[in-house]
Amino acid sequence: MLHVLLIIFLISLFYMSIANRMSTYVNVLALQGILLFFVAFLELKHINTVNLILILLETIIFKSVAVPVFLNYVLKRNHITREAEPYLPNFVSLIITTVIVVTTILLSKTMEESYLDKMYFVVALSTLFTGLYFIASRRKIITHVMGYLVIENGVFVLSLAVGNEMPMLVNLGIMLDIFASVLILGIFLNKIGDVFKDIDVDQLTNLKDD
Amino acid sequence: MIEIYLIGSVLISIGLFFNRGKVLNYTLIWLFMALQCAFTLYACLNYNQTESTYFTFDSLGIIMLLTATIIAIPAVIHSHIYIEESEERTPRSRATYFGAMALLITAVSSAYLANHIAVVWIFTEITTLSASALIYHHRNKLALEGTWKYVFICAISITFVFIGILFLSLSFAKGGSDDLSYKNLLGHSSLLNLSWLRLAFLFIFTGFTAKLGLFPMFTAGVDAKDKAPGPAAALLSSIVMCMGFVGIFRMYIIMANTPLLHWAGMVIGIAAFLSLFIAAVYMIKVKNIKRMMAYSSVEHMGLVMLGIAAGGIGYYAAILHIVLHSFVKSSLFFQYNQLYRVFKNKNIYHLGNYFKYNTTGAIVVLLAFISVTAMPPSGMFVSEFLIFRSLFESNQLIVLLVVLLLLTLIIWAFAKNIFKILFIPAVNFDESTVPAISPWRSVSQFILIGGAAYLGLNPPPAFVDLIKDSIMLLPH
Repeated sequence: MLHVLLIIFLISLFYMSIANRMSTYVNVLALQGILLFFVAFLELKHINTVNLILILLETIIFKSVAVPVFLNYVLKRNHITREAEPYLPNFVSLIITTVIVVTTILLSKTMEESYLDKMYFVVALSTLFTGLYFIASRRKIITHVMGYLVIENGVFVLSLAVGNEMPMLVNLGIMLDIFASVLILGIFLNKIGDVFKDIDVDQLTNLKDD
Repeated sequence: MIEIYLIGSVLISIGLFFNRGKVLNYTLIWLFMALQCAFTLYACLNYNQTESTYFTFDSLGIIMLLTATIIAIPAVIHSHIYIEESEERTPRSRATYFGAMALLITAVSSAYLANHIAVVWIFTEITTLSASALIYHHRNKLALEGTWKYVFICAISITFVFIGILFLSLSFAKGGSDDLSYKNLLGHSSLLNLSWLRLAFLFIFTGFTAKLGLFPMFTAGVDAKDKAPGPAAALLSSIVMCMGFVGIFRMYIIMANTPLLHWAGMVIGIAAFLSLFIAAVYMIKVKNIKRMMAYSSVEHMGLVMLGIAAGGIGYYAAILHIVLHSFVKSSLFFQYNQLYRVFKNKNIYHLGNYFKYNTTGAIVVLLAFISVTAMPPSGMFVSEFLIFRSLFESNQLIVLLVVLLLLTLIIWAFAKNIFKILFIPAVNFDESTVPAISPWRSVSQFILIGGAAYLGLNPPPAFVDLIKDSIMLLPH
């Protein structure tokens, strides 16, 4: 069951890499939050109840409700166009995502036997690199933020893998989630929306060296 | 004491954020500085003691804490001058500025002393938050762009460090405990799984380069120093860089006690060499004096990490170099505000003949230039020379030759621009608006540059012992 959920998570990345509309990105992020909720529920059996409730609340309320609602609000308020406007065609995106996933699978084969379920490792690392790829290949600032949220989801998967032995690290991961999201989304996306009307990274090129 | 320090300074910075009265603001920030000095003194007196489980007053922490406190005092003085002279000052921006500065100094000091990698990580997050408030001080479009880039890159790099910590915990799975303190990891370094440790080191190193200002994440720091007010940029290019160094160095000590020593040295060496290369390329091209100073910091961090990678005497030289660099670079950034007040511009084309308008300030710029380029009477000459010696002794002759070539380019670019500012008149510059600047404002810069020369040429025995003690756990 755990593996099924993690594989659905991986598939959601492929879907995201060929998605055209901004609202699809938001929906996939919400779906990933729900998937993480079930993964956390099934995986973390050995930690104490209060901690588990905190983690579950964070995944379901923060990741799958609050952040998508806020992103939709920003999209509406700043009249951001619906298209994602990637630099590369979707087909190339799909191939790059596939290459990333295959590479992480190969990398996981080379790792020595350990206490870690390999599935977590593959899903987490491919999510991380796909998120970085989204950041590099999309034009809008809000898609950069979404790429960062994808990276955070990947980190959360990895922290769940060690969560039973070291619950402290899962809590730290949640702290990172909330801290970075509030800092990036709350303060700056709002501000940037006010100052730069159509927010596009092409406008953020005034700091340069000549 | 550390609890008193942390609670006290957090309360003071909250007080600063919410109280906008001028007198109250300055009282609070000086109260914070008194607390910082008292805490530094307490740390020195309790050398090698552990407090509240997560903080140890060890030698590396004490060196960095002393450096931070010494730089923080003039930073607050210059901030005072800067805020009061600024035309766009409002009670709100002043309160936010000083609150963020107190929080930044606290977070950096605590990160130096933390003995647990997760605690260092938490304080690194807090520095991102407080530094972003400082960078956004001017609240205009360019400041927003700089802040956005800094926050975004730092958020990614913090995530990288966190992934590194997760891999580290996997690597330590055989250790049988969930205690990721440096001491515990070092004591059980034979139990660490090497392939996970490799991944952990790669991620932690990449993450901390954003704070250290090294390749690949150096861009965040350059934009931040360009947009932050001068005194804040001085803190960013000195004590925050030291924090990145402490994060990497403590991890490197663990790597050095496993069979991965040479691999880790190679990773650091490649990043350091690329940083030097990038610094050389941009120093030739750059026209903005503040960015030029920021790229010079990238160059020096490259040299520091080359010393670490080469090993031997390089370890000693690296710590000496980063301390001296903090003193000199911060004084250069303190001086920058006077320069800006004279010329109202930071493009090198519009600066010139500085000796005529502000003689004392020009002498500071000249002395700082001599120190930064490590010309003989300065302290950094000694540390750079020792770094070159360590490269020579580890048989890296080709690297040494290329590094010397790159340094020549950097010194040429730096000298060309600095001499233009000091001696060649600027075109179309209206002399009638030049304000008179009191020479007393340069006193702290003279003290810092003189202190750097003293520490480099004739280091007091206590300082040498502290450095030797902090590199004791590395193989010689």
